[in-house]
Amino acid sequence: MKNTEFVAVQFNDYEPGDFYDELFVAKGQPRPEAIPLINRINSLSAEEVQRRQQAAQIAMFKMGVTFNVYNDGQGTERIFPFDIIPRIVSAEEWEFIERGLKQRIYALNQFIGDIYGDQKILRDGIIPTELIYSATGFLKPCIGLKPPGGIWCHITGTDLVRDRDGQWYVLEDNLRCPSGVSYVLENRRVMKSTFPLVFNTMKIQPVEDYPSHLLETLLNLAPPYLSDPTVVVLTPGIYNSAYFEHSFLAQQMGVELVEGRDLVVQDGYLQMRTTKGLQRVDVIYRRIDDDFIDPLVFRSDSMLGVPGLMDVYCSGRVAIANALGTGVADDKVIYAYVPQMIRYYLDEDPILSNVPTYLCWEPDQQSHVLANLDKLVVKAANESGGYGMLVGPHATQEQRDEFARRVQSAPRNYIAQPTLCLSRVPTLVDDHFEGCHVDLRPYILYGKEIYVNPGGLTRVALRRGSLVVNSSQGGGSKDTWVVCKSDQ
Amino acid sequence: MLSRVADSIYWLNRYVERAENVARFVDVNLNLLLDSPSGVSQQWEPIVLTTGDLPLFQERYGEFTAENVIRFLTFDGDYPNSILSCLRSARENARSVREIISSEMWQHVNSFYLMVTEAAQSKTPQDLSSVLKFYEEVKMASHLFAGVMNATMTHNEGWHFGQIGRLMERADKTARILDVKYFILLPSVNYVGSTLDELQWMALLKSASAYEMYRKRGQHRISPHSVAEFLILDQEFPRSIRFCIMQAERSLHQITGTPVGAWQTSVERAMGRLRTDLDYLTIDDIIDTGLHEFLENLQSRMNDVGDKMFETFFALQAVS
Repeated sequence: MKNTEFVAVQFNDYEPGDFYDELFVAKGQPRPEAIPLINRINSLSAEEVQRRQQAAQIAMFKMGVTFNVYNDGQGTERIFPFDIIPRIVSAEEWEFIERGLKQRIYALNQFIGDIYGDQKILRDGIIPTELIYSATGFLKPCIGLKPPGGIWCHITGTDLVRDRDGQWYVLEDNLRCPSGVSYVLENRRVMKSTFPLVFNTMKIQPVEDYPSHLLETLLNLAPPYLSDPTVVVLTPGIYNSAYFEHSFLAQQMGVELVEGRDLVVQDGYLQMRTTKGLQRVDVIYRRIDDDFIDPLVFRSDSMLGVPGLMDVYCSGRVAIANALGTGVADDKVIYAYVPQMIRYYLDEDPILSNVPTYLCWEPDQQSHVLANLDKLVVKAANESGGYGMLVGPHATQEQRDEFARRVQSAPRNYIAQPTLCLSRVPTLVDDHFEGCHVDLRPYILYGKEIYVNPGGLTRVALRRGSLVVNSSQGGGSKDTWVVCKSDQ
Repeated sequence: MLSRVADSIYWLNRYVERAENVARFVDVNLNLLLDSPSGVSQQWEPIVLTTGDLPLFQERYGEFTAENVIRFLTFDGDYPNSILSCLRSARENARSVREIISSEMWQHVNSFYLMVTEAAQSKTPQDLSSVLKFYEEVKMASHLFAGVMNATMTHNEGWHFGQIGRLMERADKTARILDVKYFILLPSVNYVGSTLDELQWMALLKSASAYEMYRKRGQHRISPHSVAEFLILDQEFPRSIRFCIMQAERSLHQITGTPVGAWQTSVERAMGRLRTDLDYLTIDDIIDTGLHEFLENLQSRMNDVGDKMFETFFALQAVS
């Protein structure tokens, strides 16, 4: 019997199934904004579609668009699988997302400034103080810190997902060092040569000015009296999983890419070692975690950071993006309070919803979680990248028992959420299209004002039926097309 | 420019040039052997001897067969100067400075590397014709790299560091290629000046891509004396040792800003002395010293320049 989920390379037989499909309303009925693309692909032969898919992959490989996999004997680099069928977002929908993200980032920034400052939100009892102090991302040395312009989270990559009914939810905020934006730019470059005709007929909002916005965001942090401030990107080095992106962004902005060993604190300033002697650094876009930034203050075994950097930072003689300490809001327990933050700081209702979240440290919610482990997703509060989680419906009884024990022994460290049924986009699997689950990570920059790059990284779960989109766990990516308003 | 970055561009170029020259080494030897009369035993020891890595070879392979030597110099991932290892190192260096070099350079090094790793998996040293073709591809890919770098990267400080790396490596390897002939034994002393001898000198010129240019510059006849003169002292041929040192010195002074003929750093001094020596040497002086002895001394002086490059530019320490 032919499985109805398997279809020819053309879209005529594509079955969206009982999911929210980003390109189809129903079988044979593309969404209005997707029609030009669907028509174009239907006009190509099956071989031609596959040839373009292969050409796109080869282009990525030749450019060395790779990520590194830890603990993998097969050399360290792998290409991030790329699928040529894009996700398409309508202008109206994007407008909504953009407003929602701006509101959220604004509130989160207020929150971070507040808890390292006056702590009003704690004193007013909106968030229990012990939750903040027990968050691993909360850094006591940052209390009293005043970053330039009061901006803490300059670069954010918020993870959004859509449930079966099409509603958007914020899954994670990623306020530390979100990665992936280089794939957005490279995917777009490859897509332009894959479907040039479609690009001509559809008006797709450009993403290519991200590096310029990023540079402006960083320059905005330098003291105004410097006419030509030195900006650098700080990377852990070529073995880091996101090294490609670090060097790509430095190249696109035309700034130096430095490692910890290139930097030294001297005369109260941060300096880099050059062929002509030491040169002062004014702004760091750091892609290393808080813990590693200064072995004198944080992890003493860190080889990646610069001894004495924290001193220079606290005295305001170097700016760091993102500011240290932003990780506190990445704690999944703190995440649950973002709607309250928006109401507290902005006196507005949240535009984008949180995924309903059960906090295991509250006894009532914990017993609900334990009674429903087969329906819920349980996550460790301080993990990311798809690690340390239990997907209840797909887990064995043993795994669930194990997580029940973990939750009971450290309730503060666990939250639970209902299993969302992520939306899908048709994806080329072998010789046919299949619906694969996706999420969306737009990139937001907070400089003089808040800028949301139109699009973002659509990550796709390539293992059949899988809901896990992380690159470390068999995920791939797609280009994201935000269509311009018809009058633009 | 960051010291680490300058160091990486320098080594990126050295490794690409080294890979090219290893291909030239093996190529010259294969050609010499093909011209040898039958019955003369194959000589693979000399070529390993000129690399300076003879003990390592003996430890790992033992016997000097064509197959062993080709595998060692070409595809041995554990031998740091094999073509495969050179490309791996070149690519690692390129990867660590890919935001500084042009995208075209990076793309080219990356596909060069992929080409070599693919060959390492698919080619066997027994299949001589496919191995010879592979060496041609390696040489061409290296030329392409130099051309891409020349045409797409700003000729700034970083570019000059790259030039120095490439030229110093080339000078060293031209010296070693010339030395191969010293070690290759003729069947007997009667063969000196014979057709076989001449054929060997021609093969040597060809492996340095120097044969046609040698013929063109007026001195048409092949004699050991003038071949050595051409490869060591010619001012215009881009693989001659003197040419390489002159150009490397020029790049060095572009970096420091000191006029040629003056010096502020130890590397300028060492390079300048080497260049002036070559300016005023004649081939007769060299033959009097002994060609092999001269080349050995030259190599150690070039190594010294390399060490001083490192001390001057790459090993900057903070004052504490």
